[in-house]
Amino acid sequence: MNSTILQTATRYLLPLLLVFSIVVMLQGHNKPGGGFIGGLIGAAGFALHGMAFGPNATRTALRADLVVVMALGLAFALVAGCLALASGQPFLTGLWVSVPFPGFGEVKVGTPLVFDIGVYFVVIGVVMTIVLSLLEENA
Amino acid sequence: MNALPILPVLIPLGTACLGMLGHRSLRAQQTVSIAGAVALALAAVALVARTATGEILTMDAGGWSAPFGITFVADAFGAIMVLLAAVTGLAVVVYSVASVDLPRKRFLYYPLTHVLLAGVCGAFLTGDIFNLYVCFEILLLSSFVLLSLGSERGQLEGAIKYVTLNLISSAIFLSAAGLLYGTLGTLNMAHLSVRAAEAVAEGNGNAVTIVAMLFMVSFGIKAAVFPLFFWLPASYHTPPFAVSALFAGLLTKVGVYAIVRVFTLIFVHDTGYTHTILLWVAALTMVSGVLGAAAQTEFRRVLSFHIISQIGYMILGVALLTPLAVAGTVFYIVHHIVVKANLFLVAGVAHRIRGTSDLGRAGRVGVYASAPLVAILFMIPAMSLAGVPPLSGFWAKLILIRAALDERAYVYVAVALLVGIMTLFSMTKIWAEAFWKSPEEKEGDPPTKADRTPMGMLAPIAALAGITVAIGLAAQPVFEFSVLAAGQLLNPEVYVGAALGEAFVTPLQGGVEP
Amino acid sequence: MKLLLALLVGGLFAAGIYLIVRRSIVKLIMGLILLSHGANLLIFASGGLVRAQAPLVEPGALTPETPHADPVPQALILTAIVIGFGVVAFMMVLVSRAYRAVGTDDTDEFTGTDH
Repeated sequence: MNSTILQTATRYLLPLLLVFSIVVMLQGHNKPGGGFIGGLIGAAGFALHGMAFGPNATRTALRADLVVVMALGLAFALVAGCLALASGQPFLTGLWVSVPFPGFGEVKVGTPLVFDIGVYFVVIGVVMTIVLSLLEENA
Repeated sequence: MNALPILPVLIPLGTACLGMLGHRSLRAQQTVSIAGAVALALAAVALVARTATGEILTMDAGGWSAPFGITFVADAFGAIMVLLAAVTGLAVVVYSVASVDLPRKRFLYYPLTHVLLAGVCGAFLTGDIFNLYVCFEILLLSSFVLLSLGSERGQLEGAIKYVTLNLISSAIFLSAAGLLYGTLGTLNMAHLSVRAAEAVAEGNGNAVTIVAMLFMVSFGIKAAVFPLFFWLPASYHTPPFAVSALFAGLLTKVGVYAIVRVFTLIFVHDTGYTHTILLWVAALTMVSGVLGAAAQTEFRRVLSFHIISQIGYMILGVALLTPLAVAGTVFYIVHHIVVKANLFLVAGVAHRIRGTSDLGRAGRVGVYASAPLVAILFMIPAMSLAGVPPLSGFWAKLILIRAALDERAYVYVAVALLVGIMTLFSMTKIWAEAFWKSPEEKEGDPPTKADRTPMGMLAPIAALAGITVAIGLAAQPVFEFSVLAAGQLLNPEVYVGAALGEAFVTPLQGGVEP
Repeated sequence: MKLLLALLVGGLFAAGIYLIVRRSIVKLIMGLILLSHGANLLIFASGGLVRAQAPLVEPGALTPETPHADPVPQALILTAIVIGFGVVAFMMVLVSRAYRAVGTDDTDEFTGTDH
């Protein structure tokens, strides 16, 4: 597909969608959202890019190797679960620490957040692998 | 160590993760993959050693106590299944190094194999019916990709059938799990056992039986029992031999495991109905599988039909539901996983030597003439499958037939014996056509030195054959373990007490509202 | 409301099975999607239908306000949707590859592995 309207719109939409996806992921602990939905929104942005500019351009724009993105996501999720094991609690038990964050005061950071970040990356990796292979199939 | 019941899930996932991180280097992938498989095997041995004392290990994920959180429970049956999965996984991974082609290996073959193992081990260890569904989906998704990797026409056709039937099965499983929650208000399998007994006591047994039948159909598709097995022989002979061996050894057995678990732990109130159906299913599965095999002339298709007929024996044990019969089922699964995976691995070597898997064609050279060791290594699992003493299959069949005799189920004894003879016939057919016969006219190029079977392929076959012989010669310890596992399966209060605490054991006492 | 949902679940299952037994692999995917939707709705309906609040615990409180909806069926459906999404996405790639390899979307032609 070679549409100027889609390409121009994508240039503005992709960064917006990516920022929105991160917001949705971060607010997921207490409100609707989370790693899966955030990852899907991010992947939707890249999928849009793939439709507008073609799969090769998207692979370049992604910069990262999708397999490594998936692996990192899986690693994040596993580490989040195993930290509890290391501290003698059952697998996946949530551990929380408060860290001072300039401008926000105390921010609570915990393993569920790490897990969500892992899910985010796995979803982006898996969805983009499938979307790009479908786009390449029909190119 | 409270992490032990979850380790067999975490180790393969971690291995897959490392394999993906280093996916550009084939050497790194292979090293990580073999190391991960060895680690999984060690964890499984530790698990079996712990449960062999009769102890049941549990772990509540996230610290959410049962029945609210997801519980992992390792009893003797679950532990021995994990050990078998680990052994098969290790053999297949080693075999893959020398046998799977480069493009597949580049496309995440090893990580997918380990994700599959994680799903299989998770299914064996979970104590939550919905988590069982999730584990099924993990192993199914990775098996879908492993099956279609390479995109050859036959593979894709087989994959469509495999995927469709398995997704229908999953939809039924999901519906059944939802209805079960609606009826009994819990998803924890131990709690379900308690609640099902309460529901039956309150006269609500029919609703539970309906859900039980949904589970039977869903798990029946996955275990490939009569009449739901048609996806299996249409797909199992299409992927590389290592993948077939992994599937043949483990995937249908996950279905059998699920049937054994739910029809000993939860749905035991109306055995006159549910287990009679299972009895019929067992006999028809045995017969239709072995008859299907007799009509086939492709090495792996013959073996695929034999998977089906062997599943029948395992179901027979659950259907009879006596201590000896269930012990027979456990013993049979132990024997079968090792033997079946090995037969598919040998099929790969035979294909390599002969240049074809078609039993009707002569191939370029007889296996016995050029590689007698391979022929002997085929003979061990093949004869064990048919039940020739003193190999493992003989004892497995002996226990089941003895249990059936005790129950005066003479028809099923006759069927089991007849199917054993037909299996022997089938195995000798393969022996005669693929291994013994030397072609009169050479077909294709004669094998060169480069065609010699690599040690990496022979070693796992020899190791699995060694296990088969060892189970046959030292059947007593395996039998004792099977009896222990069967004892736990037939006394759900042991499982319930371990998973939920003693307060739940006596029905109608200490029930917590959801 | 319960009757309506029951009819809807039945309708989804019927439509799904009808599409699966058609001869086109594209309709096969549609059928599987409908089937999984039917299963999800069945979980929702069998979890019990009540007019109630979302099962969220307000800051400072220890329990959610009653009456509240049962969160378990919702969690199950969410999980099932995620899995269904992955499976359907994979199925799309598989069907498109199979269409290319076999040259038709007629399932009657998919007989290469039957003999």
